[in-house]
Parts: sequence; structure tokens; C-alpha cells
Amino acid sequence: MKIVIINYGAGNIQSIMFAIERLGFKAVLSNNPDEIKAADKVIFPGVGEASSAMKMLLESGLDSLIPTLTQPVLGICLGMQLMCNASEEGNTKGLGIFDVDVIKFTPKVKVPQMGWNQIYNLKSPLFDGIAENEYMYLVHSFYAPDCAESIATTNYEVEYASALQKDNFYGTQFHPEKSGDVGEKILGNFLKL
Amino acid sequence: MLTKRIIPCLDIKNGRTVKGINFVDLRDAGDPVELAKIYSDEGADELVFLDISATEERRKTLVDLVRKVASTINIPFTVGGGISSVEDVEILLQNGADKVSINSSAVKNPKLINDLAQKFGSQCVVVAIDAKQIDGQWIVHLVGGKVPTELTLFDWAKEVEERGAGEILFTSMDNDGTKNGFANEALAKLSSLVNIPIIASGGAGNIQHFVDSFTVGKADAALAASVFHFKEIEIKELKIELKNNNIEVRI
Repeated sequence: MKIVIINYGAGNIQSIMFAIERLGFKAVLSNNPDEIKAADKVIFPGVGEASSAMKMLLESGLDSLIPTLTQPVLGICLGMQLMCNASEEGNTKGLGIFDVDVIKFTPKVKVPQMGWNQIYNLKSPLFDGIAENEYMYLVHSFYAPDCAESIATTNYEVEYASALQKDNFYGTQFHPEKSGDVGEKILGNFLKL
Repeated sequence: MLTKRIIPCLDIKNGRTVKGINFVDLRDAGDPVELAKIYSDEGADELVFLDISATEERRKTLVDLVRKVASTINIPFTVGGGISSVEDVEILLQNGADKVSINSSAVKNPKLINDLAQKFGSQCVVVAIDAKQIDGQWIVHLVGGKVPTELTLFDWAKEVEERGAGEILFTSMDNDGTKNGFANEALAKLSSLVNIPIIASGGAGNIQHFVDSFTVGKADAALAASVFHFKEIEIKELKIELKNNNIEVRI
């Protein structure tokens, strides 16, 4: 199986590489459109600020490629947010895969949300064998509101979408690669899709 | 609900864990990777590695260590100690660290906080603040609490938040090593003053101290070293007790 992690300059890529290795697979880093298209699984990571990450994506030309992919694609954290219509962070236009706009938590809660929180209302093969209310590691200031494409929700200030799916596109707000054995199992489920 | 976090801290010198470590089941008590794995398996929510070595070789050994830890454990970890530039941070993050903690370098060059937040995002920038009370004022200290600055804890905390820090690790020098509990009054004030998470550090001696740091001190996370290293408190047992006190934890 060929696993490609999209390399566009934003993301803690090494952690994902190691997690995939622990699952017994190897991933390659690439920004080459042909290599990405030919992969069996594509992972779209991202940390940092939305508008600068989107800028890097535009410069690489990958913004037009990603929505056309047909194999399973997993966006993680900011990667998931960039797959949405837009983000309030830096007034960023997203890739428009998920039909939802990313907005900011209000100062009623500590921002960023940082730490372990529960995922529930699980509905996707991504969560095969995963119990409701397992804890995942999250670090984020912006979120996708609960919507038709939610496949998991989490409560922090509001009940929001902590994972999304549309066709072959998956996104998790949490970091499966940093969420203990349960997170690794979710990553393993993705690789089995 | 978002849980409170329990964070063991490991002091590292030349790639090895220092301070007496009392783990009977360890093959090599000085191996930070093996210790990290044990803590992770016991339910630690995060780990902090504080590099206290001063040799020329330190950066290379630290990077090797970060890679080994990142390849072994699947929970987040922070690296601190002697980090003073964007380049220092870049190399640590590239090798698998999730966050970095900066202390003296932030006081000397506050713009470093802005630069790091802009380049890597606030989520990976932890500002560590060591402070102790002098004439009723919490004064920020450097060099492991030896050198006083002109800064007060609360003003500096506000400033680091504005500059883009994602989290504050507050160590009370008055409490550190005493095992008499955390500086809960200052913690609670800090927590109400800034809107980013606060990690309590310094003073953990028993389970009740952790309970108090969350209920009285309003901390988001509590960090300790020796009580975990010497197995005076086991993380599993600690978390069960926290839950019994209606504190949300990941078990």
C-alpha cells in the first residue's frame, strides 16, 4: 500500500510518519501531483495558522488537486479545517470539500482548547471498533460547527464536528497520531478503507 | 468534557534522565525513552522533557532523543531548556516534538514568542514562567529561579498571551521542592487573568495537592517530577482519585 503525506510546509509531519510506522506501514512525503494521485491513501496534515497554510497550498498548486482525488484522503487538524468552505481565521477561503464554515471559540472558554476531550455520535467506518466517548487529543482555536457531514462530535463551549466525512474525504479535528492507542486504531481504520 | 491533564516532567542531561529515579521495573533508569513509555502506558496525558545539559553537543543529543521519543510514544510531548531561536524550534518540531517551552529566552527577547507563534502556531508555544514572592509581589526569575527580573508574574503572563503563547507553565519557586502543595492562590488569579491554559508546577507532594490545584487553583494541567519518579504517587491511582473528586480526567 502506498501512503502519501502531503508536504506543503505546514504540519508536524514526523509524528504522523512515526504513527504509521508503528502500524506497520511506511509513508512517503510528497508535493508531487502525480505521486499524490497514484497513492492508495493520502494524508493531509496541518498545524499553524489557516491563511498562511492556505497560501502555501496555493503556491504549491495542490489546492486544485486535492478536491479531485478519488482515493481515501484524511485531513488532520488544520488539514481538516482547510477542507471546509472557509475559515474565520485570517478570512481564509478553503478547499470547499466539506460544506461548513470554520469559526472561532468565544472567550467564554479558554482558547485554544488544549488537551483530551471525548468524541461521540460516531458514524463512519473510520470509527469501527471505537467506543463512544473515547478521549482524543485536540489543540485548536477554531472549529467546524456540527453539520450534515459530521461523523463525530465533541463538546467544548458548543457541540461541534470533531470529524467530518464526504465520500472519500475524511477529516479529524483531533490528532489520531497523538491520541494514544485509540487514536492509532482510528488511523489504522483509515489505512484499511 | 475537556479533561484536566497530568504531566510528568523529565530532566534530561546529555540525553539521559537525571535525578534519582525509582522504577524497579526499568532496565535502564537513565533512559528517557523507556521512562516516557512507562508514563504514557500509565495514563500520563502529556510529557515534558527539560534539557539541562550545557555541553556543545547538547543540540544533537536532544534531537536524537526527540526522534526516539516521538517514534515510541503516541501522546504529545513538550521539549524545553536552552531554546532561544526559531531555528532551534524548527529542528525540534521537525523531529517530532509537539510543543516547545521557552523561558529565559522569552524574557530576554519577547519578540521570540511572536515569531514562534507566527511561524509554527500558538499551539506549540509554551512559555514557562518561574516566579517567587518578594515583598508580596510575584517576581519572575531566570536561571532556574536564581536571577530576579523586573517583571511581575501577572504582567508578564498577560504579555506572553498577547504575543501569542498557547499555554503558560507557571512554576512557583516558593513551592517547588517543598511538597506542600501548589501555589493555588496565584494560579487561580493567573487563570482568571489570561484566557490560555495554565499548567501548575512546583509543590506536588500528595494526591490532595493535585485536587486542590484544579479546584482551588483552577489550573488546566498539573506537572510534577519527583513524586512520579519515586513512585510516591502513581498516575493511575492519582487519576482515579481525581475522578472521585468530580474532576474530569482521561482514564
